[in-house]
Amino acid sequence: MDKLPEIILQISTYFVSAGIILATLRMIKGPSMADRAVALDTFTVISISLIVLISCLAGRVIFLDVGMVYAILSFIGVVAVARYIEGGL
Amino acid sequence: MQWNTLLGSILTLTGSIFLFLGALGVYRMPDLYNRMQAGTKATTLGTMLTLMGIGVCHTEWIGQILILIIFIAITNPISSHALARAAHFKGIPLTEKSVIDKLKDEKSKPEVK
Amino acid sequence: MELQHGIIILMGLAMILSAILAMVVKDLISSVVAVGVVSLFASIIYLLLQAPDVAMTEAAIGAGLSTLIFLYALHKTKDAEEEND
Repeated sequence: MDKLPEIILQISTYFVSAGIILATLRMIKGPSMADRAVALDTFTVISISLIVLISCLAGRVIFLDVGMVYAILSFIGVVAVARYIEGGL
Repeated sequence: MQWNTLLGSILTLTGSIFLFLGALGVYRMPDLYNRMQAGTKATTLGTMLTLMGIGVCHTEWIGQILILIIFIAITNPISSHALARAAHFKGIPLTEKSVIDKLKDEKSKPEVK
Repeated sequence: MELQHGIIILMGLAMILSAILAMVVKDLISSVVAVGVVSLFASIIYLLLQAPDVAMTEAAIGAGLSTLIFLYALHKTKDAEEEND
């Protein structure tokens, strides 16, 4: 009973990893480039929560900073891809 | 065992189930706009629940986690909207089951003074 | 097998698949997106190997900056091709 929260966190990590696998399959299958950009957009959000889960399992607070840096820069990347598809940049 | 740890881990489990269902929707939905809807709404809620659960588990990290939650709540709809607008203007078709396309009607309507 | 090793193996497999996709696919935007995803998985693997500073650098340069530079270069070369035609 004492180790129940840790087991629940490990099960959540398995769910998040299965989500990453499904998004990878969509990125391989996706017929157009906008589908792959949508898969990238999903990847960023799922991987931010995976980074925070890893930081909770490892117990180090500095891993949260990596998630913050990745959140800012991936947003810029997705918006740049969208502007390029539209034709502007 | 402390009760906040158990509550936080259950919140995290709920959020990760939402993340998995969002990724399943990205894989299974028929066209781009449905995929985008599944991949934005469900994953935004799932990420918020996951981060909030970890913030309840480790109460001393709550400041950084709140900053992260606010940032995701601002930027995720913006990027999804930019992608949907770009794809519609590029001319990527909707699925055959869809019945209405108001942006296309708005573009093809003549100018009224 | 521990949880960490499983995640590392899974991220490595997804990284190889994305790298093959970046070579095989026809249009260049998909290649740029696939390269960004490879860099994201490398960042998570560095994080699991207890190196947060390397992971931060990889996320900043690989996922953010190189995508922007590739897109800018593609935009410039597309303009030059249209002028030559």
